[in-house]
This record gives sequence, C-alpha cells and structure tokens, in this order.
Amino acid sequence: MKTYTFTEKKDTRSGFGAGMAELGRSNPDVVALCADLVASLKLDTFIKENPDRFIQCGIAEANMIGVAAGLTLSGLIPFATTFANFGSSRVYDQIRQAVAYSNKNVKICVSHAGLTLGEDGATHQVLEDIGMMKSLPGMTVINPCDFNQTKAATIAIADYEGPVYLRFGRPVVPNFTPADQPFEIGKAVHLNEGADVSIFATGHLVWQALEAGKILAEQGVDAEIINIHTIKPLDKEAILKSVYKTGCAVTAEEHQMNGGLGDSVAQVLALNHPAPLEMVAVNDSFGESGTPDQLMEKYGLTAASIVAKALAVIQRKK
Amino acid sequence: MTTNELTKAASQVRRDIVRMVHGVASGHPGGSLGCTDLLVSLYFQAMELKTDDQDSVVFDMSGTGEDMFFLSNGHISPVLYSVLARRGYFPVSELATFRKLDSRLQGHPATAEHLPGVRIASGSLGQGLSAAAGAAYGKKIRKDSHLVYCLMGDGEQQEGQIWEAAAFIPHRKLDNLIAIIDFNGQQIDGPTDVVLNNRDLGAKYEAFGWTVLHMDGNKVDEVLATLKAAKQASGQGSPICIIMKTEMGQGVDFMMHTHKWHGTAPNNEQLTAALAQLEETLGDY
Repeated sequence: MKTYTFTEKKDTRSGFGAGMAELGRSNPDVVALCADLVASLKLDTFIKENPDRFIQCGIAEANMIGVAAGLTLSGLIPFATTFANFGSSRVYDQIRQAVAYSNKNVKICVSHAGLTLGEDGATHQVLEDIGMMKSLPGMTVINPCDFNQTKAATIAIADYEGPVYLRFGRPVVPNFTPADQPFEIGKAVHLNEGADVSIFATGHLVWQALEAGKILAEQGVDAEIINIHTIKPLDKEAILKSVYKTGCAVTAEEHQMNGGLGDSVAQVLALNHPAPLEMVAVNDSFGESGTPDQLMEKYGLTAASIVAKALAVIQRKK
Repeated sequence: MTTNELTKAASQVRRDIVRMVHGVASGHPGGSLGCTDLLVSLYFQAMELKTDDQDSVVFDMSGTGEDMFFLSNGHISPVLYSVLARRGYFPVSELATFRKLDSRLQGHPATAEHLPGVRIASGSLGQGLSAAAGAAYGKKIRKDSHLVYCLMGDGEQQEGQIWEAAAFIPHRKLDNLIAIIDFNGQQIDGPTDVVLNNRDLGAKYEAFGWTVLHMDGNKVDEVLATLKAAKQASGQGSPICIIMKTEMGQGVDFMMHTHKWHGTAPNNEQLTAALAQLEETLGDY
C-alpha cells in the first residue's frame, strides 16, 4: 500500500475560496454570486479584490440561479454559491430549465454537502444532490476530496464551457493531493494499485478509503484505490479497467445510496462487466444533529465500513 | 413603421397564431392574441436590434449592443414565434412545424434546438424575470447601454421567484430593465382574482422600488407611447414595470372575455370563423 501523508487538515470549502481568489486575479470574466453565505463559502478574498464582480443575491436562491443564467449571455462566467441543499434541491427546477436545458455556462458551487455539516441537522444535510444533479442532461457533477483538489477543480471548471455542479464541505480533512496536481474533469485519480478489490471513493470518503487500504494491507488484502472526483461524466474506462483486474468493487461516498456514486458504478458494471459490488453510503435515511465524526460513525461512512465491505465483496467473488 | 403598418402586421401575427395552434391541435392562443400588439410594437419599432448591411436582423446569443427580450410566460410561444419569423429571424414557413416532432419551435421556447431569437428556455413559470435581471446585470458589467425587456403573465405573479427578482432588481439598481405584466385577469382555472388574488400589482411593484407605468396593451398607439416613456424613464436608478391591460383572445370575438381559450386550439369551423375576423396582410405561411 502506497503511503499517503498530509501536512495539515483543511476544509474543502477553503479550497474553493482559494480557487476563487486565484480566478479573481486570472480571469476577468468570472463573477461570484452568493445567497447570504459569504463567510461560509470563503468568498472574502474574491469579494475584497473584485467588489464589482460579486453579486449578493440575499436569501433568494431561485432568483440567484436565474440571474446567473442571464449573466452567461454576455460571456461572463457566474459562480453561484450557497449551501448544497439550497443550491440543489431547493432550486432544482430553476437549474433544470434555466441552466441545464438552456445549456448555460453556470457553475453551481455548494458547500456543507452531506452529513459532515454536523449539528444543523437533516434540514441542511443534503444527501441526494449528486443524484439530482447527475440526472440532468448535460450537467457535470464534481465532488473533490480535499483542499488542494477543490482549489484545482474550482480553477478548472472556469475553463470548461457548460453547466457544472461542484460540491464540497465544511469539516477539516487531510490535505494530501499534491498542490500542483492538475484537475482533469472526468478523469479519475489512481491512488493505489491493487489486485484483490477496487475501492472507488469520492469527496471526504477518499481519505477514509486510503485509511481502509492500510488496514486491508495489514490483513493481506491488496486494494486498488481510485478517487472518482467527477461523478459525471464518469470515468468508465478507469472503473472497468480496475474491475477487470480485481473482479469486485466497493464504492464510498457521503451521499444516499440511491442516486450516488454507487449507483453510477453499478450501472457501468451491470452494462459492461457484471461483478460483485458493495456500497458505503447512507441507506435511505435522513441525517440528524451531531458532530461530523459522530455522524460519519453512526451512518457507517468510515474506513472501518469500507474494510468490512471490501472483505465481504471479496467473499462474493468465490 | 407607421401605426397602420404595425396594426397590419399584428393582424397577420394573429392569423399565424390561430393557424399554428389549429395545425397541431394544441398550444395557447388566448394570451398570444392578447400580447400580439406588444410584441409587434417591440420587435418592429421599439427595440434596437442588431442588423446587417441589408437591414436584416442578425441573431447573436450574447445580445451585445442591442436590446434583448425575454418571454417569461413561455406558453404564449405562438406570438413570439410568429413575430420572430415575421421580423426575419427564421423562415416564416417554419411556423408550420410548431409543436411537431423535430421542430425548432418547441411547445415552450427553448435554446436546445438553436432557434434564432430565443436566449433561454421558459415555460416553467416565474423564472424569466431573474434571467432578464442577469442579462441586465451583464450589460451593466460590460458597459452596454442597451435595454432588457421581460414579459410576464399576471397569473405568473403568483410564483414566489417573481418576488425574489422584484426585490433584487431595484436593489441592484438595474434601471436598464423594463418588465411588462400581461394583465388580462385570466389564468387556466379562471379569473386571476378568484384563483389567487394578486391585489394591486402596481402598488406592489412600486413598494419594491420600481417605476410603474400603465397602458392598454391592445392599442398600438398607446403601447408605442408607453414604451417610449419607459425608455425615457430608464437609466435613472429604478427599473420600470408596465402593467399592461390586455384582453385574452384579442381580435377573435369568441375567444375574448373568457379564460376558456387560454390553452385550447380551435377546430376547423372555429378556425374559419377566427380567420374571417383577421385580415391577411403579409401572406399566410
């Protein structure tokens, strides 16, 4: 098992803020919109340096999405930002008609996705957004794993023409992606070579997958670990190549099982190369209040869960 | 164009509308007929549109250096399509494909088929004013002094998003935006006052910070004069909202004074009766 180290833990939303700060300096067409959550989205630097390219929309997310769509006409690149729940489920029809169906170059960038929002509870912990967004024709869906990758993804999507949903979160997590690693939309990142089981993880679960890989190695299991930062378009080639070799897979994500990465991988496998698959995800349940760590533990989104599913799926090969 | 010429163009557009919805036995003639005089006035007179050396309109998605129009109540697509075709954005013959398979003239306006003249999809109500606000904001950022127009329905004012946009636009001083509300008092389930009373729309927009004008949307002279007044009121710090009184089904006697023709197509006899009231002025498609 390849060793991964990190110098510090950082929140992915700060990676977004750092990416926006850089875009503010490098791309004059980038405009930021926010629905009364500037500090949560770490937009302070962008706003300070580019006050004329920031649009405060107030607590009115539906209008924000429409304004963003209208802004694209003049060649501007709007980044519409809020919490993941309010930037997906609350405004699904606006995204569907004004952004996806109209093919507008809007970047919907949302923080506080998933259980790790913590104490606010289920009203704010969206666990269905990947499913909603990936089912929209033409929508790109990205869920990076750490600070550096979120920053790189933020910068990369400005150069991509088309609607994007970029999802990140609040808790601090190990920052291990090399700062100079280029972000390629739709191209999975291979983290560890292995022959016994493929682990496909996204977002905050990528580090948990690496931790699981270490535990599995101690038990003599050779796990292949792949970071699927882009849920759509999915890197089918990387998934199939890996499962051709290992013969089974585990997916891991901070999202509902229905509609998440696991669903996407299951579809690829069922259509091309049926193989045993286990999923680490929230199983048809809302979240609740608690600390991020308590919630990840309670809902089974941990390295230990990935290990257990990996051992189980390997058994199913026989 | 003279008022007489605009009135003649409007007659042809009304013929197109009833023929289009009859041709596919679906669509929304009522609101389309009511807004015909406005759209003809906008596209043939009031709006500054990009043209080539031969004075033919040229569609540019960005809308840079020209006025832009957004149809929020997308179900009145027949009037938009007819006016766009008659203005030269696409062949008039294409009106015959309205709502049919593989057509660029979708039931509600869309950009996916690349129909010249349409910049964003509409149909799910309440969204057009926000898109127009974004376009107007874009013009401010790009320092383009042209105007953005947005037509909405009065029933549509029941959508919450409208009021998000209604607050946003004056707050951001988008004084290059002219919103027009088709105040025909009717919606699918009946009179607007009965279904969900909008109360005093003019007073509401005024309270939100808009400059409010009123006009009879079925009198071309009054439409032109009010649009001129709106243009003069633009650029002074406040957006403009025109409450436009219209008659749903205007121009076809049996379609007027009722909500029944909101989304109903005429049969063969009704088509004949309607066309008898509408002079063919520019040639049927």
